[in-house]
Amino acid sequence: MKAGLLRTLGIDPRLAALVATLGVIWLGLHALTDGAFLTPRNLWNLAAQTAVVGIMACGMVLVIVTRRIDLSVGSIAGCVGMVIAVLQVEMFAPGTWWNPWFTLAIGLAVGTAFGAAQGALNAVLGIPAFVVTLAGLLIFRGIAWLITSGRTVAPMDPTFQLLGGGFEGSIGGPASWAVGLVGVAALTGLRLAARRRQQGFGFTTRPLWAEAVTILLMAGFILGFVAVMNSYTRPRTDIVQGISIPVLVLIGVACALEWLARTRRFGRYVYAIGGNPEAARLAGVPSTRIIIGVFALMGFLAGLAGAVATARLNAGANSTGELAELSVIAAAVIGGTSLAGGSGTVVGAVLGALIMQSLDNGMVLLGLPSALRNVIIGVVLIVAVWADAVWRKRSGKAAEA
Amino acid sequence: MNAALVTMRGIHKAFGGVAALDGAELDLNAGEVLGLLGHNGAGKSTLVKVLCGAYPAEAGEIRLDGAPVEIRNPRDARRLGIETIHQTLALADNLDAVANIFLGREIVKWGGALDIAAMEHAGRQVLARLNPHFTNYHVPVGSLSGGQRQVVAIARAIQFQARVLIMDEPTAALGPAETAMVGQLIRRLQSEGMGLIIVSHDLHDVFALCGRLTVMKNGRPVGHVRTEDVTQDEVLGMIIAGRMP
Repeated sequence: MKAGLLRTLGIDPRLAALVATLGVIWLGLHALTDGAFLTPRNLWNLAAQTAVVGIMACGMVLVIVTRRIDLSVGSIAGCVGMVIAVLQVEMFAPGTWWNPWFTLAIGLAVGTAFGAAQGALNAVLGIPAFVVTLAGLLIFRGIAWLITSGRTVAPMDPTFQLLGGGFEGSIGGPASWAVGLVGVAALTGLRLAARRRQQGFGFTTRPLWAEAVTILLMAGFILGFVAVMNSYTRPRTDIVQGISIPVLVLIGVACALEWLARTRRFGRYVYAIGGNPEAARLAGVPSTRIIIGVFALMGFLAGLAGAVATARLNAGANSTGELAELSVIAAAVIGGTSLAGGSGTVVGAVLGALIMQSLDNGMVLLGLPSALRNVIIGVVLIVAVWADAVWRKRSGKAAEA
Repeated sequence: MNAALVTMRGIHKAFGGVAALDGAELDLNAGEVLGLLGHNGAGKSTLVKVLCGAYPAEAGEIRLDGAPVEIRNPRDARRLGIETIHQTLALADNLDAVANIFLGREIVKWGGALDIAAMEHAGRQVLARLNPHFTNYHVPVGSLSGGQRQVVAIARAIQFQARVLIMDEPTAALGPAETAMVGQLIRRLQSEGMGLIIVSHDLHDVFALCGRLTVMKNGRPVGHVRTEDVTQDEVLGMIIAGRMP
C-alpha cells in the first residue's frame, strides 16, 4: 500500500527510505544532544561540511555504476588544491582580479587530465580501475608533496576563499530565496512539460493530484532548506547568511549530474555499460570514450572538491583530501549505489554523504572520540548495504510475482 | 539474376591461433529465410558475429546488394541495416524495455537531450505489434520473463527498418506458445522482403521455417541446399559427416 502510494507519486522508494533514515538520525541526535543538533547554526555548518565529500560522491556514483572504482579522488583533490595554492600564492601576481579564477581553471583542468589519463589506462589498456586508481592514489599524493616538498602554502586569495564558505562566503538572504524559487519553478516546469509531452503521445499519465502532491513536497523541501539557511545569522549580528557557496556548488554539481544521467546519451550509456558491458558493445555504445569521460568527470569533480577544501582551509596543505576516497565511496554506497554496477543515483549519493556527515557532526557534538566515531560509521556502512541487499531481494521477487 | 542481398566469401577468423572460420561463405536473398546449421564449434555463431560486426573478419569479402562493404564493428552493421538477435539477447538488464530498444540509437531532441516520450511512444508501438499484452514498459528488463525479454530483443531488431535480420538460436529459451509467435513473426518479416538468417540446432524448427540451408563444419561450408530437396536425415548426415548427400 505504501509502496503503491509512492509509485503513484512517482517517488523512488529507496530515496524515500534514505530521507526517512536521515530524519530518524536527525531526531535521534537532536534528542541525544539536548537540542543542539537541529539548530540553524548546526544545520548550516553541516551543509557546508557535506559539500566536499558530496561533490565527489556525485561523480563516484557514475564511476561505480560502470562497475569501476576510483580510489584516487582524495589524492587528486589534495594535488589540485596544492597546484592552485602554489600558482595563486607564489607564481602569479597576488591580488589581481584574474588570479583566483585563472588558478581555479588550471586546477580543474589538471584534475580532469588526471582523471582522463586514468580512464584511458583502464579503458584502452585494460588495466583494472582498482589498480590504476590505487596507483593514482600514491602518485597524485606524491606529486602534491613534491611540488612544495611538503610545505603548506597560505594564505589564499580573498575572492578564492569565498569558495570555501565561511562568513563572507554565503550569498545572503534575498539571493538564497531567489535560488530556492528558481529551483521550485524549474522543477514545476520540467514536470509539467514532461507530463504534457506524455499526454501529447496519449500515454496514461499520473493523476494530476499526485503530480501536485509531488511538486508540493519537493517545493517544501527546497523552500524549507532555504528557510533554515536563512535563519542563521552571523554571530552577534542580524546579517542573514543564506546558502553558503560550497553548498551552492554541491547543489549545482548534483543538478548537473542528474541532468547528465537522466537526459543525455552519456548517462544512458554509463548505465548500459554497468548493466551489461557486452550488450552495450553490441549495441554500438562507444564504451571506451564513455569510460574515459566518466573518469575525466570524476577527476574534474575531485579537483573542484580539492579547490573548495583548500579555500575552506585557506591553505594548500598536503593532508587535504586524505582518506576522502573512503568517505566518498561510503557515501555513494549508503546512497544506494551497487558495487556490482548498473544502479545508483546522484541524489542518493548526496543523501548518503549527508547521512555520514550528520552522524559525524552529531557525535562531535556529543563529545565522542574520533576512534569511536569511526567504529560507528563503519557499522552504519555495513547496516546500510545489508538493508539495501534485503530491499533488492524483496523488490526483485515482487517484480517477478 | 539480381545480386544477392548478402554474400560472404572466404571469411577467415582465428581465436588465439585456432581457426574458427576457414573460408566460410554464405548467400542470402531478400525475402528469404536461410537456416545456418552445424555442430557446436562448427563456426555458425562466429560467422553471423562477423556479419553483425561483433568480431571483425581477418580475411574475406562481404557484399551487400553486390557492393563490397566493410563491417568493423556493430555500428557499421547496424548502419547497413543488419540487425541481430543474439542468443544471450544482449539486453542491459538494469534498463527498461524502451531504453533497451533504443540503446545506441536514442531519439534526441534539439540540443541532444534524450526524447524520452518519443522513444516510449515508438517503443510501445513496436512492442504492442509483437505482443499486445506487453505492458511492463517501466521495469528493468532483468525482472521480465524469458519470453518478454525475447520480445524486447526482437522489438529492438525490427524497430529500425532492418534489411537483414540474424537470429541466433531464436527459440532455444522459449515455450511452445512463444515459439509459435516467433515463427509467425519470421514469416511476416519474410513477406515484407527482409532477409533472415536463423542459426539453430533444432532441425525441426529449421525445416518448418527456412527455404534454404547452409551447413557448416570446422569453420568451412559443407554445402548449400534447398529445404524441399532434402530430408532431415540427409541434413543430419551433412552436419555429422560433413559431406553433401
